[in-house]
Amino acid sequence: MEAVPVAEECSVDNPVIVANNLAKIYKMGKVEVHALVDVSLQINRGEVISIMGPSGSGKSTLMNILGCLDLPSKGEYILDGEPVSTLNDDQLASIRNRKVGFVFQSFNLLTRSTALTNVELPLRYAGISSGRKMIAQEALEAVGLGPRIHHKPSELSGGQQQRVAIARALVNKPAILMADEPTGNLDSKVGQEIMDLLLNLNKESGTTLIIVTHDPEIAAQTQRVIKLRDGLVEIS
Amino acid sequence: MNFGQSILEALESLNANKLRSSLTMLGIVIGVGAVIAMLSIGAGAQSSISGSIQGIGSNLIFVSSQRSDAVRNPKPLTIEDAQAIADPLQAPSVAQVAPTIQGSLEITFGRESVTTSVSGITANYSQVNNETLYQGDFITVEQNYERASVVILGPTTAENLFGYIDGVVGQTVRLDGQPFRVIGVLNSKGGGSFGNQDDRALVPFSTAQMRLIHRSPSNRLDSLTVQAVSAESVITATDEITQILQTRHRTAVGADDFSIFTQQSILDIANTITGVLTVFLGGVAAISLLVGGIGIMNIMLVSVTERTREIGLRKALGGRKRDIIIQFLTESSLLSLFGGLIGIFLGWLISVIVGKIAVASGTPFTPVVGLDSVLLATLFSTAVGLFFGIYPATRAANLEPVEALRSE
Repeated sequence: MEAVPVAEECSVDNPVIVANNLAKIYKMGKVEVHALVDVSLQINRGEVISIMGPSGSGKSTLMNILGCLDLPSKGEYILDGEPVSTLNDDQLASIRNRKVGFVFQSFNLLTRSTALTNVELPLRYAGISSGRKMIAQEALEAVGLGPRIHHKPSELSGGQQQRVAIARALVNKPAILMADEPTGNLDSKVGQEIMDLLLNLNKESGTTLIIVTHDPEIAAQTQRVIKLRDGLVEIS
Repeated sequence: MNFGQSILEALESLNANKLRSSLTMLGIVIGVGAVIAMLSIGAGAQSSISGSIQGIGSNLIFVSSQRSDAVRNPKPLTIEDAQAIADPLQAPSVAQVAPTIQGSLEITFGRESVTTSVSGITANYSQVNNETLYQGDFITVEQNYERASVVILGPTTAENLFGYIDGVVGQTVRLDGQPFRVIGVLNSKGGGSFGNQDDRALVPFSTAQMRLIHRSPSNRLDSLTVQAVSAESVITATDEITQILQTRHRTAVGADDFSIFTQQSILDIANTITGVLTVFLGGVAAISLLVGGIGIMNIMLVSVTERTREIGLRKALGGRKRDIIIQFLTESSLLSLFGGLIGIFLGWLISVIVGKIAVASGTPFTPVVGLDSVLLATLFSTAVGLFFGIYPATRAANLEPVEALRSE
């Protein structure tokens, strides 16, 4: 009876992200900036990929669109079967809440709240009230922070803070995990621990992992690298 | 998002900026405190004034003569006028008439001497004016008839003359050099809104008229206090008195040489004045509450700017516009609610202190902090917080997540 999901997981025809001809144009005064020109890509469920490119290549813009933080100017984007391009702000918020987990370079934790409260936040926005603490606690245990759930970010090391952020990103069991330079603020040893954790979580739960990075060593650990240059996908 | 959690979170964030939160709250504290204090002092003044007006007596009508350019030969009020008003056939709604004649005289006892207001009164004065005696007896009809040399002293007057009150009855004092026997001491009425009613002396009307206070014509009197038979008949009695005096003084229509006030009309006027004062003071206080509200808006705008990144993060994690708005509105409402509660306490404190000062300065006066003004202040201050929180909160909610996350 578990046969169907297993088959789906491995299937090439089970994309979690389908993007067709995405373009993003910013207007700065009278000048139009084409941050993305024409990007089409497909990412399968459970895949680990990295997006690379020099600054100005459009990788942040692409991450914002794939993470539903921003809408493309042109093109079609389907996330986990839902067409996203036409949604309004609150619908986008709901999609982000349910389907996307974010991990940022600078952790972005609420400094006044404990690790547990930080991880609870997406659950609150999802409208879950019962058992919230338990779910959040489990997520923190899964990233190895079981004993520190009542610590505030200022009482945690950088690596531990990033673990809290990863727990927060995964607590709603999203379809994709977007990590924007997740090791950028960490030394290489701790950075590698975080990478191992992310890869492990991908193996265990099958969450699609998208890492935006400029570090080739990080990119080398992913299954596929998408290189951007001047708003276009570079074919290597 | 559940409500308790929002409140907890708002408290956390207000707590993180204690000094700023308390300074912001101070604006509301002062505003609400001022409103509560003004309303309660106003209510206290109103009840104190109407209490002292009602303390004069019940169903009273005050008649006095009045000079007017419209009247060619103004006639003074006379004893005959009083007798006509007292006649049940002519004025059936009138129960009693108490004529008085008043002057300022020197009273001496031994070497002590005071100058005070001396009234010539009739035997029914005590009933009409709600007077009670501390010791001794009132002036009787017979004493009035005999022009007896007797006097009743106010407690302050007795104290000033003798240095004590007990045992004053039976002593002899001199009024205008003539010996008078003290037959009674009045109970203290306290210093009401009409000056000190404890410093005065009462003598029989006829005695005053013949020997102390000289008027021309000699049957002239200063004022008439008329008591109507009941509260309902005050207006009829007023009409009857007007009729009698117009006929007796033969004045032209619309040009009276006397004036009539009822106790109720004085009460109404006093209530109107204190009411207007209360609204005025409350209005001034409400302006400070408004200023406090603007303070809240100012601080919330600063807070939104400071927390742009946090707002961006919350939106990235799935916070909808509504969630962000609720978060900031909760903060601003809590600020003003706490400010309001402290303000109510402060206002209560101010009104108690004002009451104490009033008692110490001889004007007993109890400010009343009504439940209505407490509710009003709480509601109003929370509404101020909500209203002035709306703009900053919508500004936060409308931030673009991408832009907000990028801000430092």
